[in-house]
Amino acid sequence: MLELIRRPWKDTVMRHLSLFVAPLGKVGWLAVLLAALNLAAAPGTGSSPKTNELHWAFQPVHGFSALESVRQTQPLDRQVPTTALDDVVSRGLSSRGLALAPEADRPTLLRRLALDLTGLPPTPAEVDAFVADTSPEAYDRVVERLLASPHYGEKWARWWLDAARYADSNGFEKDRTRSIWPYRDWVIGALNRDLPFDQFTREQLAGDLLPNPTLDQRIATGFLRNSMVNMEGGIEPEKFRVESIIDRVDCVGRTWLGLTIACAQCHEHKYDPIPQADYYRFFAFFNQDAEPRIEVPSAEQQTRRSEIVAKARSWEAALQTNPVTSAESLERWESQELPKLAGDWKVLRLREWHSQPMKYELQEDGSLLGGGDVYNHGVIRIWADVMETNITGFRLEALNSGNLPFHGPGLDGNGQFQVCEFTVEATPISELAATNAGSTHFSATTNLIRFSRALADQESPNYPASGLIDGNKDNGGWGIDFTAGRRNEERRAVVEAEKPVGFVGGTRLLITLWQKPKDSPLSNQILGRFRLSYTTQPGTLVVDPLSERQRHILAMARTKRSKAQQSELLHVYHFSQPALADSARGWDELWKDWPGAENTTLAMEAREPVRTTRVFKRGDWQKPLDAVSPAVPQVLPALASDASPNRLGLANWLVDSRNPLTSRVIVNRVWQSYFGQGLVITSEDFGTRAEKPAYPELLDGLASEFMTPRQSLSSEATKGGPKAWSLKHLHRLIVLSRVYRQSSRVTPEMAEQDPANRWLARASRFRLDAEGIQDVALKTSGLLSTKIGGPSVFPPLPDGVMAMAYGQIPWNVSEGEDRYRRALYTFWKRSVPYPALTLFDAPQAEQSCVRRVRSNTPLQALVTLNEPTFNQAARWLAWGALNSAGPSETERATWIFRQCLGRQPNTREVERLRGLWTTAREEYVGQPRAAAEFAFADPRNPAPLPPDSSIPDLAAWSVVSRAVLNLDEALTRE
Amino acid sequence: MNLDSEFFAERRQHLSRRWFFKDCAMGLGGLALASLLNGSRADASVPSASMRGVKLPHFAGRAKSVIYLFMAGAPSQLELFDYKPTLAKYNGQPVPKDVLGGQTYAFIKPDSAIYAPEFKFERHGQSGQWMSEALPHLSQVADDIAVVRSVSTDAFNHAPGQIFMNTGSQQFGRPSFGSWVSYGLGSESQDLPAFVVLNSAGGLSGGAGNYGAGFLPTVHQGVLFRKGADPVLYLSNPKGMSGNLQRKTLDVIKELNEERLGIVGDPEIATRINSFELAYRMQMSAPELVDLSRESAATLELYGAEPGKASFANNCLLARRMVERGVRFVQLFHEAWDHHSDVKGGVKAQAGITDKACAALIKDLKQRGLLDSTLVVWGGEFGRTPQVEGSIELERSLGRDHHPQAFSMWMAGGGVKPGLSLGETDDFGFNVVKDKVHVHDLHATLMHLLGFNHEKLTYRFQGRDFRLTDVFGDVVTPLLA
Repeated sequence: MLELIRRPWKDTVMRHLSLFVAPLGKVGWLAVLLAALNLAAAPGTGSSPKTNELHWAFQPVHGFSALESVRQTQPLDRQVPTTALDDVVSRGLSSRGLALAPEADRPTLLRRLALDLTGLPPTPAEVDAFVADTSPEAYDRVVERLLASPHYGEKWARWWLDAARYADSNGFEKDRTRSIWPYRDWVIGALNRDLPFDQFTREQLAGDLLPNPTLDQRIATGFLRNSMVNMEGGIEPEKFRVESIIDRVDCVGRTWLGLTIACAQCHEHKYDPIPQADYYRFFAFFNQDAEPRIEVPSAEQQTRRSEIVAKARSWEAALQTNPVTSAESLERWESQELPKLAGDWKVLRLREWHSQPMKYELQEDGSLLGGGDVYNHGVIRIWADVMETNITGFRLEALNSGNLPFHGPGLDGNGQFQVCEFTVEATPISELAATNAGSTHFSATTNLIRFSRALADQESPNYPASGLIDGNKDNGGWGIDFTAGRRNEERRAVVEAEKPVGFVGGTRLLITLWQKPKDSPLSNQILGRFRLSYTTQPGTLVVDPLSERQRHILAMARTKRSKAQQSELLHVYHFSQPALADSARGWDELWKDWPGAENTTLAMEAREPVRTTRVFKRGDWQKPLDAVSPAVPQVLPALASDASPNRLGLANWLVDSRNPLTSRVIVNRVWQSYFGQGLVITSEDFGTRAEKPAYPELLDGLASEFMTPRQSLSSEATKGGPKAWSLKHLHRLIVLSRVYRQSSRVTPEMAEQDPANRWLARASRFRLDAEGIQDVALKTSGLLSTKIGGPSVFPPLPDGVMAMAYGQIPWNVSEGEDRYRRALYTFWKRSVPYPALTLFDAPQAEQSCVRRVRSNTPLQALVTLNEPTFNQAARWLAWGALNSAGPSETERATWIFRQCLGRQPNTREVERLRGLWTTAREEYVGQPRAAAEFAFADPRNPAPLPPDSSIPDLAAWSVVSRAVLNLDEALTRE
Repeated sequence: MNLDSEFFAERRQHLSRRWFFKDCAMGLGGLALASLLNGSRADASVPSASMRGVKLPHFAGRAKSVIYLFMAGAPSQLELFDYKPTLAKYNGQPVPKDVLGGQTYAFIKPDSAIYAPEFKFERHGQSGQWMSEALPHLSQVADDIAVVRSVSTDAFNHAPGQIFMNTGSQQFGRPSFGSWVSYGLGSESQDLPAFVVLNSAGGLSGGAGNYGAGFLPTVHQGVLFRKGADPVLYLSNPKGMSGNLQRKTLDVIKELNEERLGIVGDPEIATRINSFELAYRMQMSAPELVDLSRESAATLELYGAEPGKASFANNCLLARRMVERGVRFVQLFHEAWDHHSDVKGGVKAQAGITDKACAALIKDLKQRGLLDSTLVVWGGEFGRTPQVEGSIELERSLGRDHHPQAFSMWMAGGGVKPGLSLGETDDFGFNVVKDKVHVHDLHATLMHLLGFNHEKLTYRFQGRDFRLTDVFGDVVTPLLA
């Protein structure tokens, strides 16, 4: 067989073979050869492959072969295919001697549809209305009503958030709380307005790179920020930054491509044609970013901010007419003043630096950027060697970075920091002790440099630069905070030595930034990024009013500068002129009322300069090899020739109609939600190890319809036809089909012939997802809050659960309606995820999950029987029955039954529930205390009883309700 | 094996169970019930599944159950097991460069000074195991345990280190050791989970991933037993719900579910019925299990356990009770060993809390004839440096930093060679110089003791057959009795 393999791939093949010799038997060898053949077929090797050699999932998507242009609504009992989808399945079934099952009964069908589209069951009234509506459009109307419900977005957001590994904490040891719920709300909103999936993709992967991105589009990039962040003391921040990029590659590979790209991190992919270099080329798309935290102002705050910005604009316009700020004076300042202020600063080449537990990493420009644990320990020691003997001063630049909250330069809100003291010790290199044992104690004798002056380009009223050298390490010092009009900008301070510094033969400097103020011990007022320089200039030192970036603007010809750049210089000029002090106060006055946004989120931002990505030897970040540029896996169609080699280019490529994977993968996952399993069972893996889909033509037909719709369904015709990449169109294609509407009953023949229902001769029947279990109990009982979005909430958590977390947080149980929100809004702490949800297989969000396990365990029974929220739901159901149903036990039992299950109970079912009621009531009449305990969440503060009822009544009906809520049918989508 | 066929096999098994109910009219109970419990799976990677929810391993293993005493935070091997007199000689001096290599640390600089161990060491028992004076009780059972002084790991931060030690990978999301054992061996108990987790100190750096099931079915994840009357989450009936009424409620649920099963025909309903029945049985049996007051005064004294109090000692005794009742894997977490400062005081305090109970567990299992079939494992996620840690900023002094290259663990019972001393480190305790046992080797060996070829206990996920040992691991044969 080896002769079949083309020469250029021989080396690769041999490498593959050698990998497999030991562990694999015959099957393994076959896999190797298949993989090898696939490799041989990979494009980009000089010979273009024939598509029929390609693994099925890498071949172009083909539409349905027989497509009805208009769906006809058929009488419900007709056993004829009505859609192209049904046509494919019917043909497949008949070739196996099977046929579609009859349509499910209407109560079951409505409950199924409502749960599938909104995650919430229908009310009995809605069931009755649907049963009574015999018009041919009845079903379509319900579909449209449910698709238009805002709860549709909530239900399907959860589907997406699994893949997005959304969580409210950072993960790892510290597992600190993060605010990224605006991203979750963005998903809900985007799905509700049916944002086409191609744009849905672009905004999440590259919203910040779109032209003039909106706040919403920047929030969407939180998708990538859902990676875990390690803030454990003593980590290497770079190691875990790399880990987060690895996570993003894995997540995007799994979510859009159904490929286990991550397997090629350390070596060539063992099964799929993904060489290791391809992995790092893909990695490179995600390796070019800064990771800011951004404000999410409310609508009201945005309005007030716009007002202030408008006033600021007129203030700026007024400046133009002020003689002091005329174009001539500005030009004079630029050409005559500024050159004198630049100074001659040399960036210190750092030898070593030390701080705990935050760790600083050296950047390309000689600055240090903080990472790892953010904690109130801001003493930073830095060692550097200099050869000069006439150093007259030092400069500390506080710098911005996209990785800092709101760009810094400080870590605290508004970019603040507080450097209490700036000290420099100098030791002749010749006198240094031979060894410096001990982690922080450098034992050589040192001379503390005395400074005469300290000045800064901006200082907060109570934190002047002079505080840097006042001898007080514990308080005061330099801070830069001002009003919002002068915030989050780069600032500089200069300290002047009393006499020149430096020893002949070289000097070791130990510079210490003391940032552990005793007067504000809990703050994080620490420099996030800074740079140290020194000068040998004689005479009085000055501080440059311009940052390095502004110096670059200055260097540009005036005509080349943008309006914003010119305005920036004007501002600097304005604030540096003593003659304009009053005017400056006016500016600050304007910004005084700037509304701070209490809500923030995590977003992406392109990093400058671009990072070089290298292949890591065996996946080890400390062993970089050759540099690579961003590119997509060679086995797939290439990036468009005019595409930008960045996240936006990648996003466009993912949703290009020539991409064979994205549409198939997404359609398969949507299908999985409706049928309990995908047409391709391994929704996370469409590679060569994946089995062929159950109905290849169906998967392709739906994928094609998703990208380029050819059928108008239901209401779409009246709305100008379906949109490309419309998820709602895809939902309609499925739920309007006969295949979807079948009964889910399992006949013995079916059980024999197709136990797993791969061929779809019936609808699938499966336990609700974790969130559905909780939402159904809340909805049917009437407890559910229908509020959409907002910060995550804290339903009751059992004692001892939080104790298992290293990074414990107070779990203050939400009050009012927030206690009864949809499970989607439950605060998700990665190290101790909410047990009532994880027990029902909710993923932990440590990594992307595109297919949940669905287990059936006794611990789940304990949740629905005993968890307080479920018990409260039982009480509310009982209350409702006593308040709303007729007076007979049959009526009440029926009412509870129908609230939970929709359908009418049969007589045996009613009898059983009445029997339970009788037993319970007898017991509770004799035990009033137990009755009160069961009937009320807080027996000392009991809720009012329904009219004409007693506590034993309420308790006994609560027992009945609890039983109904625990029926298999209540937990199942039939 | 592939997922698809595995899925089919499972379904077929469900269907045959259903045949059991309906056609044999056996109802629920007895053998049919037991077969539905504990998520026993019919899968090709484990040769056969018996009717008791117990699965047979690849070959007859010596160990039937595991008690893993996970000393999270990383105990100092230099204060407990790894006797290094040279360190005293070089106290205060830097580690020689040739010993150092390129190792970096979490907090300290590699050239930090050597720090002499704080405790005296002696040989103990017939075997002559070296142990420090901090372990007066464990040293009494020195001949029953095997101490490995040459364990080595890849990670030197707590969360990745713990996850690596417990799942064989530094990346989150892989199945834990306990869940692999549950997956491979099933459960011997009809009313208790196969994998139980107990905690007696701080929260875990690695979080729930330390005992998660990863991509294995959720039924294999570790079930946390908490202190108090409600040991399993949501175990107790709500207030005002009597035992009688609970039983009546479950009867009605069962009857209605059975009726539904008859109409709908989905075998999953049968599984649900049984989940509820098992939940009920767990409600009945768990409170008895955790009630230590049933133990004799002598036993309580042996462990230093006090009924009703949460402690490591109580957890050791609980672990023995669980193993007696068929729990397959009990993992005790005790995260209290992260002694960056005052390693002397810290080790003394934690040894004081744990030493007696560890020794008691060995003695007690032995006297009950359970030690042969119970594998006891003791260890943390990494070791601690021969160098001193001190920091003005963090107010630390005379501590030790994280050390991944070499540290000590001990094992007992379940086919481990008693009295064995395995592995050596260099004179500074810095690197392993003999019989290195990497974490993957450790896992391979523990799997072997349980009767598994670690390369063959696999689970297909994302197109790949995953296993506890990734693509590594060699069985450490000298450890086997």
